[in-house]
Amino acid sequence: MEKLRNTPSQTVGPFFAYGLTAVQYGYDYTSIADDMLIGRDTDINRILITGCVYDGQGKVVPDAMVEFYQADWSGKYRSVPLEKDRDKFSGFGRLGTGTQPDSRFTFTTVKPGTIGGQAPHINVILFMRGSLLHVYTRIYFDDESTNEKDSLLNLVPETRRHTLIAKRSTRTDITEYRFDIHMQGENETVFLDVKN
Amino acid sequence: MDKRDYDVHPPYLYEGYKSTIYRSPTQSLIPVASMLKDVTMPAFGESVIRKWDNDLTKNGRRNGEPIGERIKMSGRVTDEYNRPLRNVLVEVWQANSAGRYIHKAEIHDAPIDPNFLGAGRMLTDEEGRYTFYTIKPGAYPWGNHYNAWRPNHIHFSVIGRQFEHRLVTQMYFPGDPLFEFDPIFQSVPKHARELLIAKFKMDWTEPEFALAYEFNIVLSGSNKTPFE
Repeated sequence: MEKLRNTPSQTVGPFFAYGLTAVQYGYDYTSIADDMLIGRDTDINRILITGCVYDGQGKVVPDAMVEFYQADWSGKYRSVPLEKDRDKFSGFGRLGTGTQPDSRFTFTTVKPGTIGGQAPHINVILFMRGSLLHVYTRIYFDDESTNEKDSLLNLVPETRRHTLIAKRSTRTDITEYRFDIHMQGENETVFLDVKN
Repeated sequence: MDKRDYDVHPPYLYEGYKSTIYRSPTQSLIPVASMLKDVTMPAFGESVIRKWDNDLTKNGRRNGEPIGERIKMSGRVTDEYNRPLRNVLVEVWQANSAGRYIHKAEIHDAPIDPNFLGAGRMLTDEEGRYTFYTIKPGAYPWGNHYNAWRPNHIHFSVIGRQFEHRLVTQMYFPGDPLFEFDPIFQSVPKHARELLIAKFKMDWTEPEFALAYEFNIVLSGSNKTPFE
């Protein structure tokens, strides 16, 4: 059978907010996901992950959309559908970078467990004006010794591996990790080809 | 390896679209498909869809009906073997009939329609089909180059069950004279541009109510997924 050709990608453009991240931007519409990958009242060890997206001139990108997708604390991806009323763990988050003064994104989540022998990590999908095809990357954690044996990290040239590792900060009230994404330059983030 | 499905996509760097110059990766992507076997995206339940979410002619009303040409959009979301993809989340957003987005940063001097938001969402059914009603969007100018105009288009965001299914794209209308001048449309390889153009469907039109267009969406998973 002749295979059908895939639908080509196009940029998310600058005006996605009222459709894809309406609540965050204050539009009169609902959102299917936001900055919370866990329930607001969940009594589990929450962490924050915060960062900026930088373009090739070192400027922050104020109109990107970032999606997080991850396994839960035991290393399991969500198996039941996401509903309007969030439960303990959604595992899926989405934020635009246009509402915080310094164009940051900050997600509240839980550190995922080890996943099928891979070190704890979060999948990231990134969209923006000027990106005709979204990019994929991954967040690992700098306080995980299992990183050394992670099969994906070991595919990445050693000099670039640091771009996939979030750094734990010294905030005392909550555990926070910093993860910046650089589209280009000396610290260009490693992006992943998920189809090959 | 079958490279074909990548051949339909635009490159990261397309100089005619100036914003790509500093926002495109310069290093090769690292192939990781074999490590994503167990990653499925979450399904969305019916509760995330509200009553008028698939009717953009109704979901933004304040004191009347939105102005413009009412249309019905429908299509199937399938894999490359034409098998239906069910419960796929399809989100859409667009300009109003005057070519104006409701987005706060939009500065194009065209009227806002108080009765039109321009956003909707739906889940595909058992046949992989989605359907929504809307107002045909107008063309609008942008700052890429002197006298730059975008063809009429509707933005689509699609989340299927496979991680690799994630797609954001734009759907265009047949015969638009702006195609040849639009670098975003032109960034797609020539042979694949037709895949972004909806088909006019006379037999789907609703007499004395709305014209109809068909736009099918094909998603593929990893090339490492054995099928044969």
